[in-house]
Amino acid sequence: MIDQLINLWPELNKSFIETLIMVGIGLVVALIAGLPLGLLLFVTDRDLFLENRTVKSIVGVVVNLIRSVPFIILLVFLFPFTNFLIGTTTGPVAASVALSVAAIPFYARIVESSARDIDKGVIEAAIACGASPWLIIKDIIFPEIKPGLISGLTITAISLIGYSAMAGAIGGGGIGDLAIRYGYYRYDNFVMFTTVILLIVLVQIVQYTGDYIAKTVKKN
Amino acid sequence: MISLEQLSKVYQSKGKTVIGVDDVSLDIKKGEIFGVVGYSGAGKSTLLRCMNILERPTEGKVMVDGIDLMTLNSRDLRKARQSIGMIFQGFHLAMAKTVLENVAFALKASGVNRQERKRRAQELLELVGLSDKADQYPAQLSGGQKQRVSIARALANDPKVLLCDEATSALDPNTTQSILNLLKRINRELGLTIVLITHEMEVVKEICDRCAVMEDGKIVEQGSTYEIFAAPENELTKRFIQTVIDFRIPEKILSERKGTIVHMTFKGDSANESIVSDLLQGYNVRANILHGKIDYIQDQALGTFVMELTGEQKVVHRAIQDLKEKLGEVEVLQDDRSADQSLARAE
Ligand SMILES: Nc1ncnc2c1ncn2[C@@H]1O[C@H](COP(=O)(O)OP(=O)(O)O)[C@@H](O)[C@H]1O
Ligand SMILES: [Mg+2]
Repeated sequence: MIDQLINLWPELNKSFIETLIMVGIGLVVALIAGLPLGLLLFVTDRDLFLENRTVKSIVGVVVNLIRSVPFIILLVFLFPFTNFLIGTTTGPVAASVALSVAAIPFYARIVESSARDIDKGVIEAAIACGASPWLIIKDIIFPEIKPGLISGLTITAISLIGYSAMAGAIGGGGIGDLAIRYGYYRYDNFVMFTTVILLIVLVQIVQYTGDYIAKTVKKN
Repeated sequence: MISLEQLSKVYQSKGKTVIGVDDVSLDIKKGEIFGVVGYSGAGKSTLLRCMNILERPTEGKVMVDGIDLMTLNSRDLRKARQSIGMIFQGFHLAMAKTVLENVAFALKASGVNRQERKRRAQELLELVGLSDKADQYPAQLSGGQKQRVSIARALANDPKVLLCDEATSALDPNTTQSILNLLKRINRELGLTIVLITHEMEVVKEICDRCAVMEDGKIVEQGSTYEIFAAPENELTKRFIQTVIDFRIPEKILSERKGTIVHMTFKGDSANESIVSDLLQGYNVRANILHGKIDYIQDQALGTFVMELTGEQKVVHRAIQDLKEKLGEVEVLQDDRSADQSLARAE
């Protein structure tokens, strides 16, 4: 058993890093693109200070479109785009293109829904103060939803870990790839269990860290 | 200071039209405390929110401090809003900001630099009596304290006007009193014009110089608070006043009384009362006081008395006529029934 683990170690290590790369890139892109998109969805909503039907519905439709495509199909569908962007469709970086595309609308909706939980009155009071839309977003909405943004990132990260296994199955690498290559094709239960345990541990760590950070930033 | 001309606000929701404010014209003078009272759904909040264009009126004109708010672009409107403070029933403080940061936010909105923001915010907290709470979060404060913070925030940019949307409705009577005192104080000390809306006539009585009564989006009566209390014309106004000055006499008591029962309102000093006693003596009419109370509204006395007058019918009638001429407000609540009594006995 120890021998088996030692044999597997280099492969396991490599897969783990690949998973981290895929999830990491996906998360960063989700934060960079999904956060503003989510805020845009929120502030352009009806009766809000940047109410804009056109923007709201276009962004809304695009977000829903991407979210309604099953990830494995999105992955394949994006192959040409990935190829154009990265020059290949295999490896963790290539896989992270599709992961990012999936993560953006996912996180955007989470951001939007945490923003909706803000007491509208607080925003109204800020408008009554004569604050500019940008200041309201930056100084009122953002601090109010900070804990929600972090829990949202946690949820996104966990979903991405799941998606990354799918991406791995079609050439992305990572822990999922390992599980499928050994566990599925070679009926190697040891590898199968090890990867499952690794994934469970990874998810637990992400969840715990996320909850902890969310709690620390929660004021009041 | 604030003048509304033929202001209307109509909501279109789900194909239905709801009228929030219906053709309201109003002039609020500089330095006064103006109250708008009405039941829930009367359109008070909508009217108030039109005064800083939180709600854009469908029709009409909103002038605040000589500026026609409806014609401003969004940038100038923001500027104008900085000199119109507003406080709410639900306080509406940012929960993730400390007390100091909440106040400083308003200063940030008007572009005050960081150091100055801190200094000024501390000054404002002092004004509302909360300097020791500067670094706490709103969740740690009581309702009254939260309202004080929101008052400090509203005053941050030295506004000329303060709009109060049911500012005391969520507070207990003691806290209400202390917030009203604070509003009165800033009205006097800073010369601030205050518009407050409420469903409590008590609040109007307490601090408003003038007031308006609102129903179904319309203003049904307006005038100086004292005059409104002394001589209400509209039925709704009367009902609101009864919540504060209740002169109703229990049925049982009324049914036991045989004389003419009158309700009188005395304005101003007690000199009027001696008019009454002199007059009644002159007519040889006896008076029993069933209810008597003097309220002080805007530091002026307003007496409310319910009396039973007994004596010869004709004389009592003449006395009432005379009282009406001298006092203005005399209402007969129940006619003399001693005649019924003697008839009944005769049978
Ligand atoms: N955003 C809105 N959309 C539709 N109707 C509204 C809206 N705001 C207020 N109203 C309607 O306008 C009327 C007046 O409301 P409001 O000004 O809140 O009354 P008050 O403050 O006196 O209780 C009510 O009938 C209410 O239902
Ligand atoms: Mg209201």
